[in-house]
Formats: sequence, C-alpha cells, structure tokens
Amino acid sequence: MHIPDGYLSPATCATMYGASAPFWYAALARMKRTLHTQTTPLLAVFSALSFIVMMFNLPLPGGTTGHAVGVATAAIVLGPWGAILSISMALVIQALLFGDGGITAIGANCFNMAIAGALVAYAVYRLISGRSAIAAHRRVIAAGAAGYIAINVSALLAAIEFGLQPMLFHDAMGAPLYAPYPLHIAIPAMMIGHLTIAGLAETVLAAGVVAYLQKADPELLEATAPAAARSRVTEAGATWRRTRPLWVSLGVLLALTPVGIVTAGSAWGEWSPADFSNETGRRQIARASGRVEPPAAVPHGLRRLSDVWTSPMPRYSAPFLRSPAFGYLLSAMTGAGLIILASVFFSWLQRRARDGAGGVP
Amino acid sequence: MSRTSAGFAERSIHSLLDAVDYAAQAEKRAESAGLLQGMDARLKLAGVLLVIIAVVASRALVPIAAVLGASILLAIGSGIRVRAIATAVWVPALLFTGVIALPSVFLVQHGARSAAFLLSRSVTCATLSALLVFSTPWPALLKGLRALRVPAIAVTILGMTYRYLFSILDVARDMLESRRSRTVGILTGGEERRMAAAAAGVLLSRSVLLSREVHFAMLSRGFRGDAFTLENRPILSHDWLYFAGFAVAAASVFWFGR
Repeated sequence: MHIPDGYLSPATCATMYGASAPFWYAALARMKRTLHTQTTPLLAVFSALSFIVMMFNLPLPGGTTGHAVGVATAAIVLGPWGAILSISMALVIQALLFGDGGITAIGANCFNMAIAGALVAYAVYRLISGRSAIAAHRRVIAAGAAGYIAINVSALLAAIEFGLQPMLFHDAMGAPLYAPYPLHIAIPAMMIGHLTIAGLAETVLAAGVVAYLQKADPELLEATAPAAARSRVTEAGATWRRTRPLWVSLGVLLALTPVGIVTAGSAWGEWSPADFSNETGRRQIARASGRVEPPAAVPHGLRRLSDVWTSPMPRYSAPFLRSPAFGYLLSAMTGAGLIILASVFFSWLQRRARDGAGGVP
Repeated sequence: MSRTSAGFAERSIHSLLDAVDYAAQAEKRAESAGLLQGMDARLKLAGVLLVIIAVVASRALVPIAAVLGASILLAIGSGIRVRAIATAVWVPALLFTGVIALPSVFLVQHGARSAAFLLSRSVTCATLSALLVFSTPWPALLKGLRALRVPAIAVTILGMTYRYLFSILDVARDMLESRRSRTVGILTGGEERRMAAAAAGVLLSRSVLLSREVHFAMLSRGFRGDAFTLENRPILSHDWLYFAGFAVAAASVFWFGR
C-alpha cells in the first residue's frame, strides 16, 4: 500500500500533503500538551518500533504470510494522535531511507495509513470494546476488528486516489499519465488483497498483541480504555459495592442461626446411634419416616462408622459453651469464615497461575 | 506476501538483517568520497526534490529517460556502483510496478504508453531517492529537511527514530534468534501467530521502558521540550554550482515535459 513516486500526479500529492498537514499539526500540539517533554523520546521510540513491526513477516491462516502496518496496535497503545505521528515518522523513514513509498507520495501514504488508519482503528476499537475490562476477550475482538477495518479503509483511500488519476490526468493522446486504472478496476484490484491477506495480517497483529498485553503488561492498554482503567483503580471499592448486599445477607443469616434451635425434631437420616436407644429419639425417627418404626438395635454399620471422626463442634455446639444459641452462632461464623478463607486461597492460586502464564515468549 | 516453509522467526530475522544491511551500505557509501557526497546536504536534498517533482510532472517520456540516464552518470561519478542501484532499486521497482503496469497494456486505452510512463517515472524517482540516500549521511539529510522548513521537533524525532531503530532492531533480532534456538520441531500456524504477537508485545513493552529511560536521560541533560538542530557547515560556491545543475535539469524536464 506504500504508493511509490510516479503513481499520483503532483496536484494529488500536493493535495494529500495539504490534507495531512493539519492532522500532523494537531497531533503534535496535542501530544506536547499532554506529554510535554516526553513527546520526543516516546514518539521516536514508537516510530522505530512501528518501522520494525512493519517488517515482521506474519504467518496467516492458509499458509501465506503478510506484513502489517501496525496502525491499530499503535492507536490502541498510544491513542490516535500518537499513532498518527509515530506511523507517519516510520513511513517518512521508509520513504527517505529505504525507498519504500515515494517521497512525493509521503503525504498520501501518511494520510491513508497513519491518519485515516489511526482514526478509524481508534474509533472501531473504542466502539466495540466499550466499557469492558482490560482483560476482557471483547478487547481482543475489538483490536482485531479495528486492524481489519482500518487497513481496508486505508486501502480504499489509496484505491480512490489511484482511480481518480486517469479521470483527471492524461496526455494529448489520451494515455493516462499516472496510475492507469479507473475506479471500477482500481478499487476491486486493491481491495481483494486487503480484504483477504493484508487485512488478516493486521488482524493477527492487533488482536495478538492486545491478547498478549492483557496478560503481560495490561497498563499499556489503559490509555485507550479510560473507563476500564478507572474501574481498575477503584477495583477494591467497586468490588465492595457490588458484593455489599451479599455480605449484608450473610451477616443477617449468621445472626439468625440460633433460630435453628427452636425448630423441633431432627432432619431425616441425620441420626446418631443414641437416637435409636432413647424413646424420644425413636419417636422422632418414626415420625420423620412416615410412622415406620426404626430397628430395635442401632444398625451395625452406623455404630461402627459413627466413631471414626468426632467433630470438634458436634451438633453445632462446642462442648465448652453452655449457651446453645451462642454455640450455633459460633458454628455458623466458623463455617462461613472457613469457606471465605478457602475461596480467597483458591482465587490467589488461580491468579498466580494466570500471571505465570504471561511470561516472555 | 509469500508462501514459504521458513518459520516466522527466521523470515523476520531475514527482513531485519536486510534492513540493517541496506542502512549500513547506504551509510558506508554516503561517507566515501564522490561527486554527490561532496555537495551540501541541504542543497542536494532541495535539488533532488526539484528534479523528482519535475519527473513526476512530466507529460513526455524522453525527459524522464534523460533524467534516468543522468542519474546513472551521477551514480558512477559518485562511486556508487550501478549494480548496487540495480539490485536495491530497479529490480524491486520493476517487479512491483511491472505487475501493476503490464495489465494496463490490455485493459486501458493507450495502455502501453501509460505503462511506460508509470515504469519510467517510478524507476527514475526511486533511482534519484537512492542517489540521495547513498550519498548523504542520515544526520546531514535531516539538516536538509530542516532547511526545507520541516519543524525542528519533527527533525529531532526523525533523528532519534533512526538511532533507536537500530537499537530496537538488535533487541528484535536477539529475541527472535533466542526463540528460534529454543524451538524444536515445526510450529503450527496458530503457534507461530502467537509467537509473532508475543514478540511484538514484548518489543512494545521494552520500547515503553526505553522511551522512559531516554526521557529521563534527556531531562538530566537539560532538555525542556524545545528541539534545536546544529547547522554549522557553510554553503560553499561549488554547492551552489551543483544546485544550479539540479535546478537547470528540473527546469528542462518541466519545459520539455509540458
């Protein structure tokens, strides 16, 4: 998509320089206002990075390979203004030093790829990712879509610029002086390659980098996800707000646990060997079992296994407590506390495993 | 785009090495003695740009061909081998533009003439650009941009970009080579894509760190956000003479290519 010299007329080149200039000016002013002295080194390093990423020979589904511009990746990490400048700088170096893209076409190449590409990529990414969390899979999809749409919009602009040339510029004999194909040939010819291979390359890079950064360096994604970044900063507060009703309910239930004492009878099947040998217990068993009398002796298996484990708080009352109501409350608090501790421990283990997976390649 | 059996790491290392090699060759040629190397970079940039614009504006083939011929003579006079220009510029330009231009012979009215315009213009402009790069060190070229009223901050960023380009290139190459040395067997397409994305992600993280370190280093040396470039070489009479040559060439192409 790097338009070489000779494909566009001088008038088109001048127009594209003119169209790009206000964006360059606004982007530089904006970057200087927000980053101050950091603008120069940040843009220099990112321009160099953009140049190198453009050289990556990305493997694509189907066995082919392709190069990406990296405009969506830059727009997601730096924001649209930073991306406009860093991709523009990379394109200028490519044209001046490596002859990739023409010097007269720098304005057009920057407008198509750096300016339109960055703005479209940013808009699509923000639109699809919405207010989702930094680690959300939705951001990976948004990045892929941003890359795909941005590179295709860039290609469409280049195709329109090509397609306008034979309409506007031809010699006395009628031969096109610059790009020779009219719009109806230039647009499909340009778009077929970009809707398939180049679009895929941009998608693979943008989605892959965002998926990687979500695990390894999520802070780099926060510049273009202000809502998610804010929610991360106040994550503790937000988590408390979200779960507050649950904690209140748990507290109320804990306070109500002594009510269990006033309920009569025993739950079916939760009998102890002693229940079989006293009259009250036998009556309760018969009532709970539809008037069927329990066996005269304690079942052999029940007697044998009931001694295997002796609970420290049998029947929800500690032996050292006189008050059954307090014993019930203490049992409830101990049980709930142990479950909360186990949940915290397993969450910690899960987080550790996830963080460990995001290492260097 | 290509279909190849080499892995992502191998292909990308190859591309990175090619870039380093090209830049090193350009720098080496730019620092050797020669006709164009002796010219002031500011006037040389202005002169080459004038001729490129004239070539792009030309509505006749002969002036474009004449400029191409003159460029080859200038290359020989500057000690730049024509073979180097052919491999670095002509072959890629002919391949790329040829694929686009050739169908126009059959698809477009006066297609052959149109294809000739496209091919001759792109090859001539690419040759002139290569002459500029092969005869001018990058810092001098940046001074030339400054003389053309490109803002100082943009020139400073371009200069720093070039410097950090090689620093990040080294990091990328080392990273990919170490990954390749740890890789046993053939990776699937999905694994290669994950590796490529991770490589780009790691480079991104490292670049952020690098930019912070550079920023602190600049601040500690007194940087306050204003960019300045040194312009200490005076323009000599022979520089004006060379520039006059370029200006006459550009004017001739404009005149004969109306």
